[in-house]
Amino acid sequence: MNFKMNNMKAIEVKNTIPKQGLMTGSQAVVQSIIAEGVDLMFGYPGGAIMPVYDALYDVEQELTHVLARHEQGAVHAAQGYARATGKVGVCIATSGPGATNLITGIADAQIDSTPLVCITGQVASHLLGTDAFQETDVVGISMPVTKWNFQVTRAEEIPLAIAKAFYIARSGKPGPVLVDITKDAQFEEVDFNYVPFTGMRSYRPKPKLDLDSVKAAAKLINSAKRPFILFGQGIILSKAEQEFKAFIEKTGIPAAWTILGLSALESDHYLNVGMLGMHGNYAPNKLTNECDVLIAIGMRFDDRITGDLGRYAKQAKVVHLEIDPSEVSKNVHADVAVIADAKEALFELSKIVEENNHSEWLNKFRTLEKEEYVEVIENELYPSAEKMTMGEVINEINIQSDHNNIVVTDVGQHQMMSCRYFKFKQTKSMITSGGLGTMGFCLPAAIGAKMGQPNKQVVAVVGDGGFQMTLQELGTMFQYGVDVKIVVLNNEFLGMVRQWQEMFFEKRYASTTMVNPNFQTIVSGYGITTKKVENRDELADAIKEMLNHKGAYFLEAIVGKENNVFPMVPTGASVSEIRLK
Amino acid sequence: MKKERYTISVFTEDIVGMLNRVTIIFTRRKINIESIAASESEIPNIHRYTLVISEAEDMVKKVVLQLEKQVEVVKAVYHKDSEVVYQEIALYKVPTEVLLSGGEAEKIVRAHHARVLSVEPAFTVIEKTGHKEETQALFDQLEPYGMLEFVRSGRVAITKPMKTLKSIVEELEKVQY
Ligand SMILES: Cc1ncc(C[n+]2csc(CCOP(=O)(O)OP(=O)(O)O)c2C)c(N)n1
Repeated sequence: MNFKMNNMKAIEVKNTIPKQGLMTGSQAVVQSIIAEGVDLMFGYPGGAIMPVYDALYDVEQELTHVLARHEQGAVHAAQGYARATGKVGVCIATSGPGATNLITGIADAQIDSTPLVCITGQVASHLLGTDAFQETDVVGISMPVTKWNFQVTRAEEIPLAIAKAFYIARSGKPGPVLVDITKDAQFEEVDFNYVPFTGMRSYRPKPKLDLDSVKAAAKLINSAKRPFILFGQGIILSKAEQEFKAFIEKTGIPAAWTILGLSALESDHYLNVGMLGMHGNYAPNKLTNECDVLIAIGMRFDDRITGDLGRYAKQAKVVHLEIDPSEVSKNVHADVAVIADAKEALFELSKIVEENNHSEWLNKFRTLEKEEYVEVIENELYPSAEKMTMGEVINEINIQSDHNNIVVTDVGQHQMMSCRYFKFKQTKSMITSGGLGTMGFCLPAAIGAKMGQPNKQVVAVVGDGGFQMTLQELGTMFQYGVDVKIVVLNNEFLGMVRQWQEMFFEKRYASTTMVNPNFQTIVSGYGITTKKVENRDELADAIKEMLNHKGAYFLEAIVGKENNVFPMVPTGASVSEIRLK
Repeated sequence: MKKERYTISVFTEDIVGMLNRVTIIFTRRKINIESIAASESEIPNIHRYTLVISEAEDMVKKVVLQLEKQVEVVKAVYHKDSEVVYQEIALYKVPTEVLLSGGEAEKIVRAHHARVLSVEPAFTVIEKTGHKEETQALFDQLEPYGMLEFVRSGRVAITKPMKTLKSIVEELEKVQY
């Protein structure tokens, strides 16, 4: 690992576990994880998982365990790691409260299709169902929010259960899996031999591409006068960035992204027409209701994207490229469905679509873009108001870092601003909690992202509210010397909720004002360099200092208290009713 | 869209917790499960659940796809009543004296082609198989004589379309990933 480990004891390698043959269940757990190529995992110990921790002690050279400060921190860190690397994130916790503390992150990973393997300890099998100390039915609790889960009660089940867990987590549409292991199974001996899992009859991770559907899609696309592409995380998950770019460049079709799809296509690509959804860009929202063929790729028409479904792209024929059959025609009817992995489908589709350029149609986007620039963007990036805006802070980071950061956000106004204004060159550079909208995600996810991509600059952008949901993870940063640049955009409000109160609840600011502590004092207690910026003229220098600083840095920017995020598609409105103010 | 009665057949690997995974898909959407039956299928280690719900077809389709998405669901299908042969079984416990008294009760049992399963001094257990309307009709007629206990099973159904589970499973097992 290339990050320094501050307060860790000198590592004394014992390495007594054989890789095969007789061993305890807990050693088998550890060896199975290593066999899957994992070298970093996150977790928090406790009674029911202690044997596994004991086994981890012997393999510290091969498998680093990062001690979070809360199991929610561990699971979000594993998510950040997975999102930044494309690999499976692994986290581990004890039974009862340890396991329940994972649930928010598991639900987040489920709805955002993040590959995770979560391992929980469980009370001994003879105590199951008896309300034993720290017993919760975590298999039951996690069932609705896992792709798969399983309870192990015998050591001999361990290698297969873990092999299956990794296979299911990473294949097809990825997702979180949970393996719950009773304490007696961890102690029991097993003759260990690891065989990677390769498939099961009840699970078809990659549907077979139907070339007829590709032809039907190509026919619609070729005949379109005003085609429009919506793309989501499916591009990133299937590693289809190149195929996607080839496809849009050949067809000349403007493409807009969901916030999970952000960074799959570089921000300044001439066909990238911006962000979809509630706080997305003006042009792609408006023109959704003017296109004649809507091509959705690796996205699932979330309600934050579509607004009122009854008035969503009714004029258009819809082509949906999607790996998960249950997402097709779930929210928006697909006239042509290509049920396949995006990479494969786009490769085939690119072969048979005709070269085109829809310059006139593209110009419509440009015109509306200008309108949005004048009405919204210019004021956000170059404000005349006395107080700083979130957009100008983000813009300054863009300017000084050449769009090469991994940006991790929390949830709220700063998240929407980050998605709108950060620019990206490389895929997997935006990590945000989309489907679940989990406040508290940012800091631990940024830690995981940095540990997965130690050579990248990781910037964590978070509100004063969300920062306080998981700020205990500063302890993890401190212990492992994790170099994350934290930017708190402080508006002394739960900003996004306040904005809704302003717009829809007559400015009745019920429980959204924040009386905040001195963040500088708190953060510096963790040995992290801090700076607070209240005035615009200090901003550029502060950001320069932050980006050049070796090691973690904390920048608090005081922004206008009652600034709003615009444009906005109010709940229940149609995308074409998007408001600029 | 109009709500209709559908039979959903879910074929799954035989593992603990599967029923829970299946029912969650319905409860999430607040769909009432009218009846449910679980049993083996003709293939070893594959279990089948037969569920009856009343919903619009569009919704039923979405639910079935979400069922099939579950890692250990082998296959899920839905059918209208006209596409399945189905049956339910009902048991009725009535006081033996009402049957012995030579009155109407005995005629009712005969008229419904019900069977007497067990006669005890205090009570008699009657069995009737049929569709819900039929087992309900017998219930309604016997009830005035004193119904000590009543139970009806979930629907079990055989589908009319001919593709066999065996051929589906064989196809799935052939595919290499
Ligand atoms: C765990 C959780 N609780 C509540 C919410 C609802 N919520 C969404 S945005 C928001 C306000 C966030 O405030 P802050 O972190 O200060 O960020 P800002 O909107 O001001 O940028 C809240 C409370 C949520 N998304 N997640």
